[in-house]
Amino acid sequence: MPKARTFQDLILTLQTYWAKQGCVILQPYDVEMGAGTFHPATTLRALGPRDWRAAYVQPSRRPSDGRYGENPNRLQHYYQFQVILKPAPKDVLDLYLGSVREIGLDPAVHDIRFVEDDWESPTLGAWGLGWEVWCDGMEITQFTYFQQVGGFDCDPVSAEITYGLERLAMYVQDVEFVYDLAYNERFRYGEVFHQSEREFSTYNFEKSDSEMLFRHFADAEKECKALVAAKLALPAYDQCIKASHCFNLLDARGVISVTERAAYIGRVRALAKACCESWLESPMGAYEPRYG
Amino acid sequence: MSEFLLELFSEEIPARMQVAAAKDLERLVVGALSDQMLLFESIKSFSGPRRLTLVIGGLPVQQKDVEEERKGPRVNAPEKAIEGFLRSAGVTLDQCVKENDGKGEFYVARITREGRVTADVLAKILPETLAKLPWPKSMRWPGSNVRWVRPLHAIVATLDGEVVPFSFAGVESGRTTYGHRFLSKGSIEVRRYDDYVKKLRDAHVILDPAERKEIIRNAVVNGAFALGLEPVPDEGLFDEVTGLAEWPVVLFGKIDDAFMDVPGEILQTAMRTHQKYFSLKRANDNDDGLALANRFGFVANMIASDGGAEIVAGNERVLRARLSDAKFFWDQDRKRRLESRVADLKKSVFHAKAGTMHDRAYRVALLAMMLADLLGYDVAKAERAGLLAKADLASGVVGEFPELQGVMGHYYARHDGEDEDVSFAIRDHYKPLGPNDRVPAAPIAIVVALADKIDSLVTLWAAGEKPTGSKDPFALRRAGLGIIRIVLENRLRLPLDLPLHGVLAISKLHEERPWEARLADALSNTMLLKGIANDLIAAARKSGGGDVVGDVLEFLADRLKVALRDKGVRHDLIDAVFSLGGEDDLVRLVARVNALQAFLKSDDGANLLAGYRRAVNILRIEEKKDGHTFEGEPDPKLLQAPEEIALFREMAEARELIAAELAHERFTEAMTVMARLRGPVDAFFEKVTVNAPDAKLRENRLLLLSRLRASLHAVADFSKIEG
Repeated sequence: MPKARTFQDLILTLQTYWAKQGCVILQPYDVEMGAGTFHPATTLRALGPRDWRAAYVQPSRRPSDGRYGENPNRLQHYYQFQVILKPAPKDVLDLYLGSVREIGLDPAVHDIRFVEDDWESPTLGAWGLGWEVWCDGMEITQFTYFQQVGGFDCDPVSAEITYGLERLAMYVQDVEFVYDLAYNERFRYGEVFHQSEREFSTYNFEKSDSEMLFRHFADAEKECKALVAAKLALPAYDQCIKASHCFNLLDARGVISVTERAAYIGRVRALAKACCESWLESPMGAYEPRYG
Repeated sequence: MSEFLLELFSEEIPARMQVAAAKDLERLVVGALSDQMLLFESIKSFSGPRRLTLVIGGLPVQQKDVEEERKGPRVNAPEKAIEGFLRSAGVTLDQCVKENDGKGEFYVARITREGRVTADVLAKILPETLAKLPWPKSMRWPGSNVRWVRPLHAIVATLDGEVVPFSFAGVESGRTTYGHRFLSKGSIEVRRYDDYVKKLRDAHVILDPAERKEIIRNAVVNGAFALGLEPVPDEGLFDEVTGLAEWPVVLFGKIDDAFMDVPGEILQTAMRTHQKYFSLKRANDNDDGLALANRFGFVANMIASDGGAEIVAGNERVLRARLSDAKFFWDQDRKRRLESRVADLKKSVFHAKAGTMHDRAYRVALLAMMLADLLGYDVAKAERAGLLAKADLASGVVGEFPELQGVMGHYYARHDGEDEDVSFAIRDHYKPLGPNDRVPAAPIAIVVALADKIDSLVTLWAAGEKPTGSKDPFALRRAGLGIIRIVLENRLRLPLDLPLHGVLAISKLHEERPWEARLADALSNTMLLKGIANDLIAAARKSGGGDVVGDVLEFLADRLKVALRDKGVRHDLIDAVFSLGGEDDLVRLVARVNALQAFLKSDDGANLLAGYRRAVNILRIEEKKDGHTFEGEPDPKLLQAPEEIALFREMAEARELIAAELAHERFTEAMTVMARLRGPVDAFFEKVTVNAPDAKLRENRLLLLSRLRASLHAVADFSKIEG
């Protein structure tokens, strides 16, 4: 099996593989978010009765994880490859192992293991059971059977597969410093992202305007509630993600105290819950079909 | 006799849940079988990453027939009632007999219930039994109407090789299972336990976790031995990795030299928590720190076609990334003095009602100073160690690996050139961590360890966090037992209420002027620090304390009782000493209990106890009769019988001697003196009539007995002693 030699080979290989499994290949969502799970194609589509299969790359922004481009593997902006399969197929683990072979990790010479790792997102009011998948002691994937999102039961249950692309590529390419990754045949990852890591670390930790961010948080919260009242689940949910990202920026800036922190997470969760509820009453989310 | 084989084959079960799940499965099936009157000869259960297995031997082929009698209505009851009875019992009138209970005749139905075939019983009870299995966390998945730990894929259920048909979680039972995820292909058909175990082994699955664990242990120990090393003991890790491999293969890797100057504890913790690797060391390590070898062992679940070269290389690479993080923190941490991190503790909350960790660090330092002063240890070192004890919580390594608290403080303190007594006290002040952990024995470690536990006990108690039932989120019971063990095992002579009051006094004085400023003024000067400790002790002596100190003392007394009981001390003797009250010196209290236990084992002790009881009984009856108690000195002039004169004299003498021995805490000696009363007491009861016709004489003799009671109660409350 040829290895996915470059970073973009890896993306293309995964895309091609999951496209063959009937997944809709989406493009990244155009709102900042902390993880691919926040994409409405996962969060909202995991709720309601309809079948759904999608795969996409999602930039994940974790302002607190910035290291000014100096840490070998911590980034405030990195890519996740996200797959959602609803309902979870019976042979989903075999399907997943097929993707591992496809990117060039042969289970006959590697030690692939499913190690307990349950997933919970307090901001989304979501949880599921699953594993982190180890290859020779390295976590290469997060696998979750969604049980609840926004406090609502997922029925049917979806399987979510999340590959941390940089980490996986570092393993496949045998590279120890993320910026040394071959992005393609001509460019290294550092040439694409190093300056961005430095500048955003400075922004996240030192320069962001907290007063403005507090304001944006409040605005997004207000807008979200108004849109929920107007029964516009998807636009409302955009505002929820925005509020969540503002919170992450404020948190990185160190202006939210321990006690406030829980309160802010609770506020985002309340928005997520309201959006999910609204989605469950919308044409694509409702158990009683009213559309098409 | 039949053999039943059950296997539940699922996606990967969390390692920590496997063993308990197999035990629960066994328990539930045993319960269900006995409810069905099905007895068996043997039962075994097994667990692994993807399966729970149960095998039951010596089951009967079917249940025994059961004869049942059911009492019905009287023979002259209305027709309708008799019809109803027959219907509900499922019999006709000619299957009933008439019986007479003396009040009249009634019907009795004789019902024979034919025993059902075991296979049918199993098919019926299994789905409901399996549904009761209590997973710590369980999930739904498409196609299943019940929850399980992870999706269930196959069920083997055979009785003597024949399928016991039932359906559970959307899966039909059968004879099919699967081998190792990567080392076997396709499915396996099994009939009985013997061929099941063999076929699994052929498919690279070792069923029995005990066998897997032994394979791993032998391979780790032998492999380490071949390298001239031995594994760092870690039973929990052996258990955990046993649950992560169906076909364990132990491999060894090398730790990059770049990390070998990082303390062994960091390497070990990083390898264990993140990677589940075994750390290896040379046989000769000492108390100074963990000296690891540059090798590690790990368990793969794979016989790789390249002999494991890729797997080892991959694991070494992953470890490099992990250890780079750890080394980064270690290097960063040493760029600042530990002392400078004390101020960082202001940012972390200890408890909403008990201030920050910074407040706590100062309280611990001050308590340690008080205790050092009371015990005659170095007050300045106690202050230093107390203040620095929590500073490593603000370090990078402890942020990453919380279990290294204390250990890292020790390394940083040593790096900063702090006194050795101080750095070891920082390391050991969390001890003892459990009933089997050693207690600190060095003076400064003792006072900081005590201060740490006393502070959390008092402040958290005051904050309303006292343990209730099974809830003890702050592990205050452990703290309480820790205090008791440190005091007893080091034989510390300490009035325990004083430091408890001390916590409150410290908080009160803090409001007047922050301790940070007060201690800064003392400039680490021993005389000034001693002055502060003395002032605090004085303030503690004056402190009212309120309910908290009393409650905590009572809590500690309860902990002590539990600890003594666990050591086999009779609980009634503990009560007999405890009910004397007013004792805050644990060492003295325990010495008294031990002396009492030894005394009562002797003949003199047992007989004196009998005499005491006789005296107390008489007193109780007579006191009730007269409606008042007898307390006071008997009048020597009223003594007549030689035996009562002798008892009076012996008692007067004994009383003084007992008081003298008690004053010197010579409890055994005090009891030897008591034992001398046995003869006079026995003689008294033999010859003297207490209830003499002369009222004055009677009262005088009752007073004499009351003195006996009082003398013995000076040593222990004998009324609490049982048996």
